[in-house]
Amino acid sequence: MYQEAKTLIRANIREYGMYIALFVIILVFTIMTDGLFISSRNISNLLDSAGYIAVLAVAMTLIIVIRHIDLSVGFVAGFLGAIAAILLTQAGVPVYIAIPIILILGILVGLFNGLLVAQVGIPSFVATLAGMLIFRGALLQVTEKTGTIIIQNDAFNAIGNGYIPSLLEVNGLHLLSLLVGLAGILVYIYSEISNRTNKLKYKFDVLSKPMFLLKLAFVSVIIAYITWILAGYNGFSWTVVIMLAVVFVYHFLTTKTVLGRHIYAVGSNPEAAHLSGINVRKITYIVFGSMGMMAALSGILFTARLQSATTTAGTLFELDAIAAAYVGGVSAAGGVGKVTGAIIGAIVMASLSSGMNLLGVGISYQYMIRGGVLAGAVIFDVMTRKSK
Amino acid sequence: MSEYILEMNGITKEFTGVKALSDVNFKVEKGEIHCLIGENGAGKSTLMKVLSGVHPYGTYDGDIVFEDEIQQFHRISDSVKTGIVIIYQELALFPDLTVYENIFAGNEVKQGGVINWNQTIVQSKKLLEKVKLDVAPDTLVKDLSVGKRQLIEIAKALSKDVKLLILDEPTAALNEDDSENLLQLLKELKKQGITCIMISHKLKEVISIADKATVLRDGKTICTLDAAQGEITENIIIKNMVGREIEDIYPKRDKKVKGESVLELKNWSAYDPQIGREVVKNINLQVKKGEIVGIAGLMGSGRTELALSIFGNAKSYKIQGEMLLDGQTQKLKHTSDAIQAGIAYVTEDRKGDGLFLLQDIKSNISAANLKGIAQKGVINQNEEIKVADSYKKSLHIKASSLEQLAGNLSGGNQQKVSLGKWLFVAPKLLILDEPTRGIDVGAKFEIYSVMNKLIEEGLSIIMISSELGEVLGMSDRVYVMAQTEMKGELNIEEANQEKIMQLATQ
Repeated sequence: MYQEAKTLIRANIREYGMYIALFVIILVFTIMTDGLFISSRNISNLLDSAGYIAVLAVAMTLIIVIRHIDLSVGFVAGFLGAIAAILLTQAGVPVYIAIPIILILGILVGLFNGLLVAQVGIPSFVATLAGMLIFRGALLQVTEKTGTIIIQNDAFNAIGNGYIPSLLEVNGLHLLSLLVGLAGILVYIYSEISNRTNKLKYKFDVLSKPMFLLKLAFVSVIIAYITWILAGYNGFSWTVVIMLAVVFVYHFLTTKTVLGRHIYAVGSNPEAAHLSGINVRKITYIVFGSMGMMAALSGILFTARLQSATTTAGTLFELDAIAAAYVGGVSAAGGVGKVTGAIIGAIVMASLSSGMNLLGVGISYQYMIRGGVLAGAVIFDVMTRKSK
Repeated sequence: MSEYILEMNGITKEFTGVKALSDVNFKVEKGEIHCLIGENGAGKSTLMKVLSGVHPYGTYDGDIVFEDEIQQFHRISDSVKTGIVIIYQELALFPDLTVYENIFAGNEVKQGGVINWNQTIVQSKKLLEKVKLDVAPDTLVKDLSVGKRQLIEIAKALSKDVKLLILDEPTAALNEDDSENLLQLLKELKKQGITCIMISHKLKEVISIADKATVLRDGKTICTLDAAQGEITENIIIKNMVGREIEDIYPKRDKKVKGESVLELKNWSAYDPQIGREVVKNINLQVKKGEIVGIAGLMGSGRTELALSIFGNAKSYKIQGEMLLDGQTQKLKHTSDAIQAGIAYVTEDRKGDGLFLLQDIKSNISAANLKGIAQKGVINQNEEIKVADSYKKSLHIKASSLEQLAGNLSGGNQQKVSLGKWLFVAPKLLILDEPTRGIDVGAKFEIYSVMNKLIEEGLSIIMISSELGEVLGMSDRVYVMAQTEMKGELNIEEANQEKIMQLATQ
């Protein structure tokens, strides 16, 4: 089993490396802050603060997979957040109408980027750089007169600050959150077992039984632990629920559907994809459209979290999302990268910020350290790829 | 001093187990025009790469003697310093720079690191006169025709005090007038004492210009012919080029009476807006049910372009003419239309535009027909494994598992994966572009057997191939292309290597 673990780690070093890095970061900060880092309150805040970058990083991963980039998403998020605020306050539109409108606007912006890239043939870097400037201006334009727009809509603000109802408190733990965690564990175990039986049926290489059980136990314990930590504070926040839902949907799309296959085919070899009857242009539209929608969602999450739309909202979101995607293992050469990696990447970056804030590290050093981690992750990526 | 300016003795060059050159001897006298001839893959280009230092000293066996000295070229600049300049088929010019900048690129006229532009222009004028090119030195190269660019390349070579000039198919992209000009210029240069090696596929040119001609075949020197002895004639050259007998590597197939027409092209032309010329010219072609139609021709004759224009116009050419599928006029606008219509295209460049090298075998096999294994857009992964496994077995794909990455397979197995991918779309017409390029004899035989089986099942196959043996061994009918045009159609009974070569070198 020791041997198996060794070969397993060697074969999946890139993926495991990311989890190991996250684990080390958490461990180091926990020790250095005397356990404050791992407290319910901090973890809950950390995940909430990662939310609006994480959803961007998930969609950005797909953009990078098809060998493009989108620099406009930061200010698109800021701008659409401001539009949401205006709809809710000045226009008096109810939340359940405002949110779909914003998401649709996001898709339209994304499709427009797709048009420039796929139809007109402008390099995505330039096309979305233009978008970045335009939406920065647009954000200033709509917030110029009023300055910061304060939102007093509790339902909307709950998206960024609220928690799912607890139903019942058991020893200070929120019951519904515990149930959600438990359900998560059951779904995970079920899907792993059915996956393994399937692979066995076709005589594929699978983990040995003890190793498999160890893996199941390990992941279940982690989910249980996180649930327990969160349930001890306010339970799962709406932000975390939305984030998990986004990852779940994207993970399903990318791994189980024809669309997902087509996206990775286009990224891994556009010419071969074209010759395989795949409409490369259509895929480019879809991926940029999804990016626009996630930018809108990010804007909603951020605006709700601040309970207001500001003139500088969205600044540098795009670069944080790109960094998270790269830390999460996406390859600039295209065709490689998982959405689950992107979410881990976003959490790694948020953990670094949170931990360093707790330790009182100056902002100047924070940037340098985060830059170093990004460079390190990509160097590690390149090295492990070469050795194969 | 010996009469030879260049002697290449016993040159052997291996690429991971495959001998590209074996014990090649090649001697060139001073002041002659020496043509190097052979089929695609005979080793001409490899030999020239050895000579110019692209394959550096130490990576080959044998000696290069230039002007009576054994040379050890470690990089291209070494051979250039010695006076050997090679001009490749794909010209190495900078289109957005001027003529004079191009002529002296990498060989600038300078004093203490500062370029003397006036001197550069004066000297380039002299060089342009030498190559008889009447353009202003400050013209941008992109504004010149291909023929004129070729002359710029030669002027560039002359600026480096060239003693031995090597031209790799210099007239391949030129029209008749430009070709004639170029050949005249080479004769002029000969008078000025410049020795010239020319690789060419056009036998008429060879006959008109060569003092000597060396024929390579399968990486070996076959003979050196001398014009003075009257040895450079079409018949003698072709006989030496093809030479070998068709070995018994083509499995037998019952050649039955052929059925109705599956594909028919009428006056089919394709214009490539990106390179600004016609890549397929006025082609008429017919493929019947249950037959293998071979398309022979040399590289660059328009065979692949023809295939891509049939396969849903994959490269967005401007197309003229009519296509009939099963007797019905069809216009295919996208590769997906072609697949829908029952056409499959197995590319000649499996690594470049065939496979997804970073994906596993099963994803590659299912890539062109995900619909076939999905319900409502969700892939049935069990079904995918079943399908991939059946092709792994029927095509004898050797791999550790279906999850092995396509990039880690050998060439033959990659080709089988590529074939499996296209068989899974259940085509009526399969276009195979160089189906056995770069794969070993065993895998070749297996692929031929699969082709025969498909024909028995009623498929039709268009096989594009540069290997004459393969064309003659497998086809029911042979078309020969040259210079983007169809030069002839031969029944298999009347076809032989000489006839095909004659048509292909027109």
